[in-house]
Amino acid sequence: MSSGLSLEHFFWLIGVFLAAVAVRIGLNPAHPRRWGSAAFWLLLASTIGAGKILPHELAGWMALAMGALVATKQVAAPDFPARGAGREIRAAQLGNRLLGPILLVPVTAIAGSFVVGSQVALGLGCLAGLAAALWVTKDTPVAPVTEGGRLLELLGWALILPQALAGLGGIFAQAGVGEEVAKIVAASLPVQFPLVAVVAYCAGMALFTILMGNAFAAFPIMTLGIGLPFIVTAHGGNPAIMATLGMLSGYCGTLLTPMAANFNLVPVRLLELKDDFAVIKAQAPFAAAIWIFNVVVMYACVYRF
Amino acid sequence: MIKLLGILLVAIGFGFRVNALVVVLVAGLVTGVSAGFSLRETVTMMGKFFVENRGLILPIVLMLPVVGLLEKHGLQERIAWLMRKTRTATAGKVYWLYQALRGGLSVLGISLGSHAGMVRPLIVPMAEGAARALRAEGAPKGRGELTEGGRERLRAHGAAAENVGNFFSDDILVAVGALLLVKGMLDAAGVPVSLADIKLWSVPTALWVLLVGWWRYRALDRWLAKQKDGGK
Repeated sequence: MSSGLSLEHFFWLIGVFLAAVAVRIGLNPAHPRRWGSAAFWLLLASTIGAGKILPHELAGWMALAMGALVATKQVAAPDFPARGAGREIRAAQLGNRLLGPILLVPVTAIAGSFVVGSQVALGLGCLAGLAAALWVTKDTPVAPVTEGGRLLELLGWALILPQALAGLGGIFAQAGVGEEVAKIVAASLPVQFPLVAVVAYCAGMALFTILMGNAFAAFPIMTLGIGLPFIVTAHGGNPAIMATLGMLSGYCGTLLTPMAANFNLVPVRLLELKDDFAVIKAQAPFAAAIWIFNVVVMYACVYRF
Repeated sequence: MIKLLGILLVAIGFGFRVNALVVVLVAGLVTGVSAGFSLRETVTMMGKFFVENRGLILPIVLMLPVVGLLEKHGLQERIAWLMRKTRTATAGKVYWLYQALRGGLSVLGISLGSHAGMVRPLIVPMAEGAARALRAEGAPKGRGELTEGGRERLRAHGAAAENVGNFFSDDILVAVGALLLVKGMLDAAGVPVSLADIKLWSVPTALWVLLVGWWRYRALDRWLAKQKDGGK
C-alpha cells in the first residue's frame, strides 16, 4: 500500500536533526573539539539527508572526510554533567507514565508494519514515542534535540561504522575476496572425510563471518566452496540440514566480531562501556556453546536424513 | 592473493586497537585499488554502499531523542525503583526472560526492539536495579553498590541477550531474509530445498540457545554475588 510516506522522508528528518546538533556544537565555545565535531555531524547530516541526490563519488569522499576527522582526533564528546538528584525527584513525580512512550514505539511499529513498510513503521513509532514523551514530561521541543544530541555525541563515530562496513563488504564482494578464501580453505584441509567436511564448513562459516562481519556474505561463498561440493555432492549429505546449521554457525561468528558493529560495538557506546570488546567477551561463551552444538547436530544428522 | 590484503589490514588494525572506522575505510580503499579499480572508482563504490545502507542508522538515531528526553526526566531511576519492589528478580532472570521474549517474538516475525530502543532504556536499567536491590539487602545503609567491573560486565550481558535473542530463532516460522537467502541460493545452485525443512532444522538450535542463556545468566548472577562491595 502506498501512502506517499517513504523512508526518504525519515532520512530528511534525521538530516535536519543531525544538522541541528552540528549547529549547536558550533555555537558552543566550551566544546572540547568544537569545529571538528561540528564538521563531522554536518557531513553526516548531508550524506543522510541528501544521500539520494548526492553523486556517489562525492558521498564517498565525504565518508572519507569523516574518517579523516576521526583519525586526527578532531571529533569528541564533552563531559556531560550527571544530574542524579533532580532525576530522582522527576522519577517519583512522573512514575510509570515514563514507561509509556518507550513501549509505544514497538507497539506502533508492529501495528504500522501491517500498513506501511516495517522501517517506515518503526520511524512512525519513534515519532509517536517522541510526541508521547513530550506530552508526559511537559518539556520544551528543544529538549529532545539537546538530550538526543548528548546520546549522539556519546555514540560518535561508532554510529557510522555499520555503513562503512557495508561499504567494505561490498568492495570485498566486487573484488572477489570470498572465492579466494574458500579456495584456500578447501585446498588446505582433508575435506574427503565426512567429519572434516562438516567441521570445515561450520568453522569456515564462523571464521568468514568474523572477517566480513556478516553471515549473509559468508554463506554463498562457503556453501559453494565447501558445503555443496564436499558435504552434499561427495558425501551425499542433506542440503537443507547443512545450509540451516551452516547459517546458524555463521551467526556464532557474528557474536564474536567487531566487524558486526551495529550488534557488538554500537551497544558498547550506547551502554557507556569502557572496553570496546566488552560485549564480544560476554558473548564468547555463547558463541562457543552454540557453535559446538551446531557441529554435533549437523554431523549426527546431515548424512542420515 | 593480493586481494586479501584488506582482510589482513582489518585483522592487524583491530588487533592493535586502531580506531575501527579508520581501519575499515582504509581497508576498503586498499582492497578496491589492489583488485584493479581506480581510486575514484573505489571511492564511488564506497559512497554508493554508504548511501544505500543509510537505513542502518535510522532506528538508532530516531530513538535517541525519545530515550534522552525520558532519561532526563528519570526513566532509569523509575525502573530501578520498580525493580527494588520486585523482590525475586535478579539481573540474570531479567536477561533470560528478555532473550526468550525477543526470540519468541522473532519466531512470529515481530522485531521487539533493539539496543537503542529496548536494551539501553529498559532492560539494562531493570537488570541493574535488580542487581543493586539484591546487593543492598542485608548490606549496611548506603552500601551494596556495584563495582565498576561488575557494572561493565552486567551491561555487556544485556547487549548479549538482545543479540542472542535476535539471531537464533528468526528462521523458524515467518520467511525472513536468512531463510529466503538459504533457499534462493540452494535453488540457484540446482539443489532445491523446501522452506519447511529449513524451518524444522532451525528448531534444535533455538531451544539449545535458551539453555545456553540460562547457563550464562546464572553464571552472571553468581559472579555478581561474589563481587566485593563497590560503595563509597
